[in-house]
Amino acid sequence: MSTQTPLLEATAVCKQLGSQQVVQSLDLEILPGQCLGLIGPNGAGKTTTIRMLLGLSKPDSGSISVFGLKQPLFSRQIRAQLGVVGQFDTLDPDFNCEENLLAYGRYFGIPAKTIIERTPSLLEFAALGHKAKARIDALSGGMKRRLSLARALVNGPRLLVLDEPTTGLDPQARHLMWERLNRLRKEGTSILLTTHFMDEAERLCDQIVVIDHGRKIAQGSPRALISEHVEPHVVEVFGPGLMDALPQFTEYSDRLEQSGETVCFYGQEPHRLLQALEAMPALRVLHRPANLEDVFLKLTGRQIREAS
Amino acid sequence: MNNPFFVSRAWLPVFLRNFMVWRKLFWPSLIGNIAEPLFVLVAFGFGVGALVGSVRFADQELSYLVFLASGSICASTMTAASFEALYSAYSRMSPQKTWDGIMNAPVNLNDIIFAELVWAGFKSLFTASAILLVMLALGISYSVKLIAALPLLFLTGICFASLALIFNALAKGYDFFTYYITLFLTPMTFLSGVYFPREQLPPALGMLADVLPLTASVNLVRPLFLDEWPSAPILPLVTLIGFALISFSIASRLTHKRFGLA
Repeated sequence: MSTQTPLLEATAVCKQLGSQQVVQSLDLEILPGQCLGLIGPNGAGKTTTIRMLLGLSKPDSGSISVFGLKQPLFSRQIRAQLGVVGQFDTLDPDFNCEENLLAYGRYFGIPAKTIIERTPSLLEFAALGHKAKARIDALSGGMKRRLSLARALVNGPRLLVLDEPTTGLDPQARHLMWERLNRLRKEGTSILLTTHFMDEAERLCDQIVVIDHGRKIAQGSPRALISEHVEPHVVEVFGPGLMDALPQFTEYSDRLEQSGETVCFYGQEPHRLLQALEAMPALRVLHRPANLEDVFLKLTGRQIREAS
Repeated sequence: MNNPFFVSRAWLPVFLRNFMVWRKLFWPSLIGNIAEPLFVLVAFGFGVGALVGSVRFADQELSYLVFLASGSICASTMTAASFEALYSAYSRMSPQKTWDGIMNAPVNLNDIIFAELVWAGFKSLFTASAILLVMLALGISYSVKLIAALPLLFLTGICFASLALIFNALAKGYDFFTYYITLFLTPMTFLSGVYFPREQLPPALGMLADVLPLTASVNLVRPLFLDEWPSAPILPLVTLIGFALISFSIASRLTHKRFGLA
């Protein structure tokens, strides 16, 4: 693909927890400036993978190097150049926003004076310029996540690791988070992202790795994955009488998927199906281009994964 | 890789983090820490002291008030260090996930545990110093040798913080600490010659009391109140240092296990 040296390289990584093989022979690579999305259902091995990449857990076999340094042997030197936003907020509830940045920057050995100089621009970036003295419990969920992001940037990291950065946020807060992450990407920051939201992965990532049961099952750019794995047109239908009438529509699509009360028709050419559906005006019909969620559901199945 | 005695200088910013929080809560924390020991001192020292008169310690007669003051300052140090390394450290470790956040920076778990240890020692020393100042103001003792009590009380705090960190590593919730306090710390206070001379204990209990770290602390600190040096300081010093080193290494191992880093 390129002759650039990867910032992060994982080769044939395996990890067993208890009797379960959580990660199996996983390869990953992040090039400078790239945003890599790691997606997979609950229990697919994402969190375990992230923990190993951060050096918090040792792989049973395989190798991981970050910035050319072996993990977990050089974990401390690696973390000095990483920015991490974990799945859960670990902000310090005893401090206000600017004190959080000060305390966190000191863990990197950055002098207090330097951190205090950087604080206004970091808070501004997080759209928290007016909240410098606010206590953490007075912040909304979106503000906390953005402060976590600002905190992860305090050391000017070469690679940002974001574990489900927008889980639990309302749409406005998610859009603001995406806008900020895209701004970082334009500035050349490399990002590793895990997410449950396919629209998020599609918007932010250059490369997507889909994992399930600890294995990589697909990899590529969002567009490449969509064109490779699913038909370009999707017609989503739900409403009264749909299930009984279903057989008369099947011939108009290449493939259909049923989840709950909704049926998705996948095909190269949707117009005949749309015409046929006009015969049942009570149905709700949505015609849209195929997206990453369709790929994800096709590859990992539609059954619910209970938290494991 | 996880040598429990390997600590990098990254422990210092973690200590400073706790210090920054404490500075904000200075007054409530001070009052909370010294009020109870002073109530005990007034109620028992002046009240019971009037009934008891004097007691014997190391072949010397001393007033019950001095006896109690010199013992209870050790017990208060023990309590302050234990509470900090149990409840407060647990809050930071588990519900607040402060430790998880710190470990994403170039700080290792052992640096954090060590910082918590020194922090609990510092806080207990602060409590002890405040109590000591009040005792001086009450005229309980005027000995200049009490300056030597400060490092000894710091060592006492470190010793009990190390022990507490073991239970911190094992805790599934705050309730667990109640057992440690009521089944271990409270009886130890009664066995260690804080409230009454250990010679009053039945011989079997007396032998047990001899090896307890709080006994060691009391044996080192009490003579200083009488303007004397401890006559046999080696054994109690070795007891305190030994308990501290062994407990810290166990606490470190168990905490690494808890975090899946063993």
